[in-house]
Amino acid sequence: MNKLEVNNLNLFYGENHALKDISLPIPAKQVTALIGPSGCGKSTLLRTLNRMNDLVEGVKIEGDVMFEGENIYADIDVKQLRMRVGMVFQKPNPFPMSIYDNVAFGLKAQGEKDKELISEVVEESLRSAALWDEVKERLHTPAMGLSGGQQQRLCIARAIAMKPEVILMDEPTSALDPIATHKIEELMDELRKKFTIVIVTHSMNQAKRISDKTAFFWMGELVEHADTDTLFQHPVDSRTQGYVSGEFG
Amino acid sequence: MTQLTNKQTRMRKDQAMMAGVWASAGLTIIFLLWVVWHILSNGLSHVSWEFITGSYTRIGEASGIWAMIISTIYMVGLSLGIAAPIGIMTAIFLTEYAKPGSKLVAGIRFCIESLAGIPSIVYGLFGMTFFVTVLGLGFSIIAGALTLSMLILPVLIRTTEEALIAVPMSYREGGYALGSSKIYTIWRLILPNALPGIVTSIILSTGRVIGESAPVFLTAGMVTQIPESVLDSGRTLTVHLYKLTQELFTQHEWNQAYATATILIVLVLLLNLATKIIAARFDKHSH
Ligand SMILES: Nc1ncnc2c1ncn2[C@@H]1O[C@H](COP(=O)(O)OP(=O)(O)O)[C@@H](O)[C@H]1O
Ligand SMILES: [Mg+2]
Repeated sequence: MNKLEVNNLNLFYGENHALKDISLPIPAKQVTALIGPSGCGKSTLLRTLNRMNDLVEGVKIEGDVMFEGENIYADIDVKQLRMRVGMVFQKPNPFPMSIYDNVAFGLKAQGEKDKELISEVVEESLRSAALWDEVKERLHTPAMGLSGGQQQRLCIARAIAMKPEVILMDEPTSALDPIATHKIEELMDELRKKFTIVIVTHSMNQAKRISDKTAFFWMGELVEHADTDTLFQHPVDSRTQGYVSGEFG
Repeated sequence: MTQLTNKQTRMRKDQAMMAGVWASAGLTIIFLLWVVWHILSNGLSHVSWEFITGSYTRIGEASGIWAMIISTIYMVGLSLGIAAPIGIMTAIFLTEYAKPGSKLVAGIRFCIESLAGIPSIVYGLFGMTFFVTVLGLGFSIIAGALTLSMLILPVLIRTTEEALIAVPMSYREGGYALGSSKIYTIWRLILPNALPGIVTSIILSTGRVIGESAPVFLTAGMVTQIPESVLDSGRTLTVHLYKLTQELFTQHEWNQAYATATILIVLVLLLNLATKIIAARFDKHSH
């Protein structure tokens, strides 16, 4: 069962044809990794999945993205979509408020007033993001005081609090040290049980470690996609071969 | 050999440059202190509790400025009450809603910049014709405040815009990615983070309102009574000082002028201090 399906998607930033006729199924409750050299369109594709590209001026999109059989580029409620498809950014971007308020932000934005319920969701989300034990004593201190890795897990908790079905991650560990990276990868092993995850990564080792499926992009094209083991061991296209063997990238 | 001399000339040039820079900075500080000292040394001894809280008559003995202080407070409150919401909402429109680079935005920007360049006396003339006469508000606090709010609007918009633009894009993305609406994101995430900048711009505008004279007496008049409503005329401190300097005949009048100037200087210094404190406080909060 595919959670998301990208069908013949073309995306233009003005004249720049950034995504060229992409078709990619994204299976439910699996981790799909998007890899490829810098500037090949990984982030752009990721951002089409929750329509964050709507924020960019002059973007033109053709083709469609089906989410549970519904085209998200039809006339839908984008806010609703973004609650169901959460996102974690490359650079941890906690809001300049307390840890608690960060996690509660999305709920409050939906008009949730029930303090008890909010507290429950905050705790539950922080636990799911493997952050609870580290912050339970200082929930009401500024989130900016956390380390980079903790900030990124807070951003994951913030996304989880909306009870999404899909979590999109754009190079979530590229700004972190190896230990913090390891923690996030461990966490993802837990998250994959509950969520469909799409992750952009510049590290082929990370893709190998954590993903079920891998898609390789090259200058706006989807060159090939397959089970992660297959793609790394038996790449079909010569560009994929070159990339995974580390010849360039 | 030539190289060595070159080096020496360059060093000498550097030293001359340094001396120039230091001298200029020193002069600026000296001028500032000089003006402040001149006003305070001439005025402070004539500032008393009676002077601040007393009433004023033009011919009689009473020379208090209480009515002017109240008029100034009304003028500041009302001008900002009108201009700040309009200015902040315009800035929000320009940064968060309007398409960047669109004709509309360019048009609004052009208007704002042009408005900022108009001499304040021209606003005064406009206010006197339009608010005082055409709208029939008469010489009144409200006519003055409407005029001054037009005067401060361009700067309010620009500085608020800068404060909004300075809020990192990643906050907006984070907010929208959680499915939060535009209004909520602006209200709960963007505005709170732009607040120090907005507050600073409001304080600067306060200084502007306090400092203007011509557009104020052309629209709010010069009556030295405490205004009972915004439809009454009132004389602000700066207008009062202007008026006093028009008729400096006796030592007593000189003293009044300097004492009023002292109050104005203290007010402006306090406003500057408030700006610094607010900026520092917010700075601490965000780290
Ligand atoms: N906001 C944007 N506006 C214009 N062009 C963009 C924008 N974001 C990305 N691009 C362009 O789209 C292409 C793909 O970028 P991106 O998706 O960020 O690549 P990746 O994430 O694989 O490094 C690049 O050529 C980049 O310059
Ligand atoms: Mg990227």
